[in-house]
Amino acid sequence: MYRGLLSRDIFAELDRLQRFANQAFDISPSIRGLLNNRYPAINVSTSPQAVDVYCFAPGIDPAALEVKLEQGVLSIAGERKDDTAHNEREKSNVHINERFAGRFHRVVTLPDDIDANAVTANYRDGVLHIKAPRREAAQPRRITIQ
Amino acid sequence: MSDVQTIKNSDAATVSPSVVPAVDVIEDANGITLYADLPGVTKDRLGLQIEQDSLVIEGNIDLPLAAGAEAYHVEVDVPRYRRVFTLSKELDAEKVSAQLVNGVLKLRIPKAEHAQPKTIKVNVN
Repeated sequence: MYRGLLSRDIFAELDRLQRFANQAFDISPSIRGLLNNRYPAINVSTSPQAVDVYCFAPGIDPAALEVKLEQGVLSIAGERKDDTAHNEREKSNVHINERFAGRFHRVVTLPDDIDANAVTANYRDGVLHIKAPRREAAQPRRITIQ
Repeated sequence: MSDVQTIKNSDAATVSPSVVPAVDVIEDANGITLYADLPGVTKDRLGLQIEQDSLVIEGNIDLPLAAGAEAYHVEVDVPRYRRVFTLSKELDAEKVSAQLVNGVLKLRIPKAEHAQPKTIKVNVN
């Protein structure tokens, strides 16, 4: 068998190492893969009054964002243009290309008691904030004793 | 331009934890364009430093949590971005221009006069 100067394939080695680590620490990854480095990253916080969803989606034209709420499932979709692509004509070199480009789609299931008509979405500094208030009737209420 | 995050600034990076933002770096004949994803960073909370040959990009964000709210699902938990690059000599650090739009920083670092490409006219007699 022919062996090159670098006798081992570095990617195969990394893959082997990852599988070894998974086995050693008994990590069972999700069927959808490891959930890091997704675009956009999402934080969700809940309170008795509302559910707040923060999407870290820099460099999007807000008009091109599609935020939909259907049967309690919030879906966020859109497209981000590739800033490295338009330079190809101008005899340029791309040295680092780490930023996400292309279409994206993420979904978040919201609880049953949110008021679908009162959901608001704001895009500022590359962060999309979706606020879904809970229905009046579902909010905790203090009962006064007479 | 090379990434020296771990080597040169390991001491600074340990002061407070930070996220290394994703970047695109494109070079053309007249200079370098850098795009960095800094979602949540406002103009006044962006720090850009050029010292000798190093470029430091820093930014702080708020991770707001309303009163009485609890974090339910968290993918971004570090409210700070930081990345350091080494610039090469032919770049003109004096003429850097920066724009921050929708959480994306665009930096343009032109090449110094002497490093600009020159077209030499060929005379044919």
